[in-house]
This record gives sequence, structure tokens and C-alpha cells, in this order.
Amino acid sequence: MSTIKFILDGREVEAAPGETIWQVANRLGIEIPHLCYSPKPGYRPDGNCRACMVEIEGERVLAASCIRKPAPGMKVQTASERAKTARKLVFELLVADQPPRERAHDPDSRFWQWADRVEVAASRFPKDVRPKPDRSHPAMAVHLDACIQCTLCVRACREVQVNDVIGMAARGHQEKIVFDFDDPMGASTCVACGECVQACPTGALMPATLVDEAGAYTNAPDREVDSVCPYCGVGCQLTYRIRNDRIVAVAGKNGPSNRNRLCVKGRFGFDYVHHPDRLTKPMIRKEGVPKSDVAIDPANPWTHFREATWEEALDRAAEGLRRIRDRDGPGALAGFGSAKGSNEEAYLFQKLVRTGFGSNNVDHCTRLCHASSVAALMEGIGSGAVTAPFMAAEQSDVIIVIGANPTENHPVAATFFKQATKRGAELIVMDPRGQALKRHATHMLQFKPGRDVPMLNAMLNVICEEELYDRQYVQAHTEDFEKLKAHVKDFPPEKMAPLCGIDAETLRTVARKFARAEAGIIFWGMGVSQHTHGTDNARCLIALALITGQTGRPGTGLHPLRGQNNVQGASDAGLIPMVYPDYRSVEDPATRAFFEELWGTKLDPKKGLTVVEIVNAAYDGRIKGLYVMGENPAMSDPDAGHARAGLAKLEHLVVQDIFLTETAKYADVVLPASAWPEKDGTVTNTNRQVQMGRRALPLPGDARQDWWIIQEIARRIGLDWNYTHPRDVFAEMTKAMPSLANITWERLLREDSVTYPCPAPDHPGEAIVFAERFPTPSGRGKLVPASIVPPAEEPDEEYPMVLTTGRQLEHWHTGAMTRRAEVLDLLEPEAVAMLSPLDLRRLGIAPGEKIRVATRRGRIELSARSDGAVPSGLIFIPFCYAEAAANILTNPQLDPYGKIPEFKYCAAKVEKVEAEALAAQ
Amino acid sequence: MSGHDNGAPVAQPTHFEFTPENLERAKKIIAKYPPGRQASAVLPLLHLAQAQHDNWLPRAAMDYVARMLDMAPIRVYEVATFYTMFNLKPVGKYLLQACTTTPCWLRGSDEVVAACERKLGIRMGETTPDGMFTLTEVECLGACVNAPVLWVNDDFYEDLDGPSTERILDALRRGEKPPIGPQIDRQTSAPVGGKTTLLNVKREA
Repeated sequence: MSTIKFILDGREVEAAPGETIWQVANRLGIEIPHLCYSPKPGYRPDGNCRACMVEIEGERVLAASCIRKPAPGMKVQTASERAKTARKLVFELLVADQPPRERAHDPDSRFWQWADRVEVAASRFPKDVRPKPDRSHPAMAVHLDACIQCTLCVRACREVQVNDVIGMAARGHQEKIVFDFDDPMGASTCVACGECVQACPTGALMPATLVDEAGAYTNAPDREVDSVCPYCGVGCQLTYRIRNDRIVAVAGKNGPSNRNRLCVKGRFGFDYVHHPDRLTKPMIRKEGVPKSDVAIDPANPWTHFREATWEEALDRAAEGLRRIRDRDGPGALAGFGSAKGSNEEAYLFQKLVRTGFGSNNVDHCTRLCHASSVAALMEGIGSGAVTAPFMAAEQSDVIIVIGANPTENHPVAATFFKQATKRGAELIVMDPRGQALKRHATHMLQFKPGRDVPMLNAMLNVICEEELYDRQYVQAHTEDFEKLKAHVKDFPPEKMAPLCGIDAETLRTVARKFARAEAGIIFWGMGVSQHTHGTDNARCLIALALITGQTGRPGTGLHPLRGQNNVQGASDAGLIPMVYPDYRSVEDPATRAFFEELWGTKLDPKKGLTVVEIVNAAYDGRIKGLYVMGENPAMSDPDAGHARAGLAKLEHLVVQDIFLTETAKYADVVLPASAWPEKDGTVTNTNRQVQMGRRALPLPGDARQDWWIIQEIARRIGLDWNYTHPRDVFAEMTKAMPSLANITWERLLREDSVTYPCPAPDHPGEAIVFAERFPTPSGRGKLVPASIVPPAEEPDEEYPMVLTTGRQLEHWHTGAMTRRAEVLDLLEPEAVAMLSPLDLRRLGIAPGEKIRVATRRGRIELSARSDGAVPSGLIFIPFCYAEAAANILTNPQLDPYGKIPEFKYCAAKVEKVEAEALAAQ
Repeated sequence: MSGHDNGAPVAQPTHFEFTPENLERAKKIIAKYPPGRQASAVLPLLHLAQAQHDNWLPRAAMDYVARMLDMAPIRVYEVATFYTMFNLKPVGKYLLQACTTTPCWLRGSDEVVAACERKLGIRMGETTPDGMFTLTEVECLGACVNAPVLWVNDDFYEDLDGPSTERILDALRRGEKPPIGPQIDRQTSAPVGGKTTLLNVKREA
């Protein structure tokens, strides 16, 4: 399409197709006031406030420049007297109803800034009756007395985040912004993403932290630092707003994966860094305090620990590791790194274990989340990362989301899926639990828990039998298709329907839809991976994408939604017992030789132990010393009672963390580390985007940078390390990791985000990969048939229900951070188990009553919650609550390939805790 | 909801669903619109729900309609609060809607309103204690030719004054249904006092 030539303020200019007058003017540096229009991505112009009126020659009335598109030859005056006068009057009318500026909720709001520029400070018009404040929400202050009804918050809630909570109710003079049915915000269905707060141009909606009880702006930030969110794998870029070295608010930044959006955790869950429980002194376990005694209040660890100097604590930590290594051999030591730290920390940690401990016994929580997905992807397409970013959903016409609950676990990624459905894409959600995405789904397949393979094989059967596969693609890019085709012949939908609980017709319909899609994409989460058949589940999904040719093009691909903010990066950096950085096998002599050369030492040629194996080995006495950086296996490992017993048996446990976690309670030495906003470092999100995190805050007390602590330990166990800053580590990583080609520290400082693989120093990186070939020996994608393997522990008479675990929107993983974030813990303050209303009635339990959930491994007591999304027979428990740790219950049986435990399925029973029993406690 | 007024909170039923007959009607209404455009049926469905539910719309009914039409509930609330024809709290058996827009006002709507308030002992926006009458004010009902107008449930009473308004209210209270339309000697909207044109046209046999 050609450009449109028109006259703007007397000079000829060109507009791109679709560009509005405001956008052209803005691009050329001509300022036009605007209130209801936001130039931020995702916001549609609405043209309702009339602050941006311009004069167009030959037209009777002024036009709203935010929404008006130029026509060829049009003559536009942006600053004619008539336009200026009209705009000024708009501001004067609005100022009449505003609270006085000296008591404004935000005196620096966009509204007041524009009022200054059009020189309006007072109004001749009478003031209307204004709505009362609404302070019902812990995170947001609602003062509609400053509202100008511009509807930016409605668009934020409805079109940008697609949460559909805010509306414009009534009409005329009574018109009003409402939450649901004019409920108080805190009682509404608001999920507290805060997009409306960020969009509001007047201060009518504000982060509650910035205003006092009367709504006056008293807590203005004094500086800002750009960084990345510390929570999930989406990797939202954000700006910390800081006052007196405390984060007082967070704003979304225009990063490639979030486009200014955030969720409740990223926006309102930052004050954990300032929590009084922060570890600020190195600590050594007191003489004679047994490891079995872990009744420790994190706020007062001095009952069990004593303060130590860094010198003493580091010496003690390293001495224990050295002693065990020299006495029992490298195999008696292990290390858990963290997907919550930076790439540089992950790299240093695995290097420490490999070169200092002398084994490959290094792993991290990827083992507990997507290890099976990575195993299947490595086997199938030769790469464990996503083939396309989640933003690719914008170009898809059929989107499958299976075993994932993105509105809670990847909320900003979910906005892209919801927007895609608004555009007309079909969304197929497959999950045993109903979920918020259901409302946007074309098909919701609520299949029986643990029956992924029968359902997916039935779809593969339909595609093969009805010859819906992409012949050309299969021929050119895959291998073993005939094997797969022969295998899935035995899985017709009619036969699979009773197994998976989805009728044959639906199975056929969704199979046909995905196969026939122009561009189909598959997203999956822990519901797929956390099974003893997790690798098989992922194999089916890979086969589904490959035989239909749904990879390597815009809008297509395979995308396991990564959980932690840096689980991709930590895995890339080699925090995995079988592989060196960039997934190169420790058993491959050439690779080993390369790393022996790079690191200047001999390396262990055997694979190391995985997370659960290490804890088991500790229990059996084979592992005697463990160094844990930022992980919390006492909460996160399956059969946590057993895991804790294993930790208690360790001769020497060093824990480096920001809080006294449940794991740290078993430690001999505790090293106070840095929170994410206190450090410089890079992280890699689910989209393979390497992003720069910047230090925004000073370290509290005697806490130290994690990289510094690792280096000090390294030096004390005989390594000659001399890194001075994470940038030195990154520089070394670029030598060790071809995936980081053309990505440098300086470039990331400058650009904030670069996607790998990146073909050139000025290239943004390849978002969608494997268009031509897969990085497998044959260059083809391998199709691996999967058979039905039942879950390891089926319900029986004694344990008649199925327990599944997961996360909640407000809480992160083991809760170490989010339970200490005020807003988040206010929103979800206590341990809950979700059951179907039917089961609650059957068991005679009222919502809110205390129940006991027991499995063969243990029992916990917590509150019952009625949840219509949970099918009868299923119990869902979030694993973030230390007071009722779900993992006391879970089954540690492992997937044979990915070594991931079956967190998503075990047999359980539920009983009501009688009032007398409660009173007796 | 503030759309109509800021009264005391309304006791909301927890459940609503269409009767089998209304469900059939709803399906027919939805079928009038092309696939993916079911939201267009929101107004008729809300009317159907209101008619089924004592002439007012509880939140459960709006949520029910939202689910039926695959709409976000907030969008249904916006529609329901925008139109004054939807009652968002319980109303009397007879909903009296007095038009007070300019033509009715010029022709004496003040007297109609005063008669209602006097006779029923309630103010604008209120319901009689016996639950018989609710009085509200509406904008132009499009019947200016018969001003002033009082809209009672589904019917217009026209060409009113104070006494005729009181007569109607008395009859309603007695359980009678007074004749609808003009309350003076007049055929619908024909000239007051009889025809003035086409006097020589003979009606065909």
C-alpha cells in the first residue's frame, strides 16, 4: 500500500497506511494534547475526550486527530486558534470537576501535565457531585473524583489484558466507571494486573502505595531503574520506581514479551525484598542443635543459628565441602543451582560443581518442571527450547493450550492468547481442570487426569487415518512417520473416548481443526510434563506439530511455557547433570575436551544425579555434602517428608538464599544472598529472549552478591577465580555457548533484550526457528510413538481421590517471596485445597472448613474451597503454603526419561477435621 | 448499581434460569443472528428475563444471559444499566413511568406526577409499602401528541390531568384495568374534538 500525502501545518507530509493524524504529527515532533488516547501498544484510539481536536480545511467541525486518518491532499492545522481554543475549553471543563491540584492523587498525572501545557489551571464552570473513594483493594486506590470517563481503564481491562472487569455503566450524567456490577474493587473479580492504574491519565486509579489514606500523593518515587520481572518465564520488562532505596511501585515497560503489561505479582509483589525476614548476616548452626530440629521462626533464627563473619562462614562452608570431597570422593557432593538467579550465577554454579566438586551432580528445578518436555524435544527436534515465542499466537488461527493455566501462571502470555481469540483465532484448551481461558475457548476438553496420551494419540490417529497430515512436510522434514502411523492405528477416537473422557466426535473435530489450520501452535505447561509419562505426553505434542507441518512458520510452533524467570537461561548455562552449557553431553569426549581446555581442568565423564536422585542419595548416605543456591527442595520436592529427612541426614549443608527457607532450616551454614532487584545480571525467558536485569537497590545488611559468594567458595576449595563483575562471567559464557553468538553484555545494556539464536550483532535474533532443518543428526524431526502408561499411583478404596498440585496467580512456587509480599499474601493468605462443589457436599464439608488431605506419604490440614472448575474426584492444592506443604503428599515416582516426578497425579483421601480436634490443637 | 439510583443494596437471588417456554423463545431469538454474533440478542433476552422475574433484572439473570450469549458479564451489566427500561431492583406490581420531557411538561406532567405522589404517598423513585406501585420519571416516550403520558407496565395512559390520573390509580388498586390510551374524548391521536379534515370522505362499505 502506498503512503498518503497531505498537508500538516503548511508542509507536505506522508502518512503510512493506517496512520492517524496524531501519529503522523507525533512522529514529526508536533505536539497535540491527548487524554483518552494512549500511544502505547495495544490501545485503540477512541476519540471521546476531544483534547486532540485539529482543524481540517473545508470541514465544518474540528476532528479528533487520534482517530482521524488523513486523506490525500487534506490540509490539517494542528494549532489554529480555533483548535487551540476548543482544546483549552475541554481542559477547563474537566478541571472544574478535578480535586484541587494541591490535593490531587497524582499532581504529575498526564492530565495535569497537559493542563499545564495548554495553560489551564482553574475553571469557570461549577463543580459536579463527585463519587466517593473506594479503598477496598489492598493494591490499588480508586478515587473516581478525578475520573474524566476517558475509558482508557476500560480498554486496558477489556482489550489489552482481556480481563473484562471494568465497565462504563449507566449513561448521560450518571455514567460511571464500575468494577463488575458496581462492586467495590476489592470485592470484584479484578485480578489486580494493574493495567488500569498504568493507563489512567488522571490519578483516579493509583497504586495504593503512592497515596495516603486521604488519597493525597505523598510517596512520590525519587528515581527509576529498568529491569526484568523476577517471577515467571514470560520475562516482562519493568521499571522499578524507588523512593529512599525502597521500591514503592513498579511500572510495565515495553519489552518484546510484555508490551508494558504486567500481572499482580510483577506489579504489586515486590516488597518481599524489604521484608524483615531477609537474611542479613552469615549464620552458622549452633553446636549441638540437631538437624531434626527445624522449628525455627524465620524472623528469629538465633534459637538455632549464631551470627558469623563472612570470613568464618565461608571458611566453614568451603571446609566442609572440601573435607567430604577429599575423604569420600567427588560423588559425595552435589549442588542445586537456581532458576531464580541470573545466567551468570547459573554458569558459575555449574562450573563450581564441575571443576571444584569434580562431578556432574548439579541440577535445579527444571527437573521438577519441564525436564520431560526438554527430553522429548531434544530427542525429537534436537533443541530443548521453544521453536516460536508465545507472541506468535498473534499470527495463529488455531491455538492449543494443554496442561497449562496461563491466566494464573503466565498471565501476560495469556493476554496474547485471549487477544488472539478476539481477533478470531480458535482456542482449544485441554486440561482436567476448568480455567479462566475456558471462557475464550472454542473447545474446552476437560479430560480425565493423567490421560493425555490416549487423547493425543486419538488426535494423531484421526490425522493419519483421514490423511490430514502435511505430506510434503512429513517427507521433507521428519523421520519414522510410518512407524508412528502404524502405532496410532490402534488408538481410534471411539476406543480412546472412554479412557480420556472426551467424546470421539470432539476428538475428531479438534484434530481436524489443528491439522487444517493455516497456522497452528501448541503451548503446554506442567500438566503435560509432571507425570511419569511426561516425556510421552510431549512426544505426542511434537508428533502433532510435525506431521501437520505446524512448525517453522509464523504463527506455528511448539512452546513449553517455562515456569521460572530464568529456567531457560539456567538450563542453557548448564545447570543440568547430563550436559554442559548449551546442552552438550558430558559423555561426549570432544565436548568434554573443549570444556576441559576452557576451564583448565579434568572433568568427570559420567552424568550426574538429578534433583530427586540427589535427595534420595542424601537419604541413603551416598551424598554427604550439598550446596544449595536459591532452591527450596524441602518445599518443592515430591514426598517432601522424605526429602526433608534426606536433608537432615547430610553431613554438611550450605544454603545461600535471601530468606531462611524451609531448606535453610537444615543448613550448617547459611549465606545471606542478593534479591533480584539488588543485582546486575541477565536472564533468559521462555521465548529465548536474553534480557538485562539491573541493580536497583543496595544490599541489606551484610548480604552479598551471589556471584561473589560462589567465587569465594570456589577459591576456598582450590579454584583460582578472579571475576570482578557479572559482565566478566557473561564474556566467558559467550566463549562456551555458541547460542549466545552476537550477544554481548554491552549490547544487552543498550537493547535490554536480544533473542537467541542471533545471526548478527545488529539482528534482533530469530524468533521462529527450524524453518529449514532441525538441529538433529539427520536434520529431520524424529517422530516417537507413545504408548499408554497409567499414572504410577491410581486411586483405590483407601485413597479414592486424585490429588494434583500447581500454582495460584498470587503466589510463586514455594511462597518464599510471595508469602512475604504484603499485597499478594493479603489476596491469598492461607493454605487452601480446591474441591468440586459436588464432592464437598458428598463429604459434608462447607467451604472454608478445615480438612485433612492424606496420601500414602503424609497428611496436611488446610481449608477447603469450593471450585466449580475442579471435576468431581479431583483435589487441587497449590504448593506454596509452608504450613500445609502439598509436597508432603506428592508421589516421587519419576518419568524414566526426564526424571521428573509425578506432581500432577497421586491417590489421596479427604476428611473433615472435626471442631473438637481443632479445639484440642 | 448506580445507573438508576443509589438506594439500599438489593437482596439478590442466587439463581436464575429461563422457564422451558422462555428458553425456547430465547433460542429462537438467538437464531435470528449469524453465528458469532449472538451478543446481538442481549436486549431481547434481558427483556425476556425481566418479564419472567417480576419486572426486574437480578444480577443472576444478567450473568445467565451473559453465559448464554458467550459475553463477558460486564458487557451485559453495561447494557442493562444504560437502558432505563431495565429495572435493577424490585418494582411494584404497577410500574408508573411519568414522562416529564418538554412537551409533556408543557401540557401538565407536573400535575400527573403530583397526583401520583399524593395518591400513593410516595416520591419519585419509590415503591408503595404494599408493593403495588413504583413511580419513576422517564425521558420522552415518543407520544408527545397525547401529552402528558403515564406509562404503566406495558400500556400508555394519555392526555392526562390530575383527576384522570387519580381515577386510573384507584382503578388499578381495585384490580381493574382502565381503558388505555387517551383519557379525554379523543380517538387515539386524532384531533381533540373530532376530525377536522377529510370530512366529506365516505367510508367504503
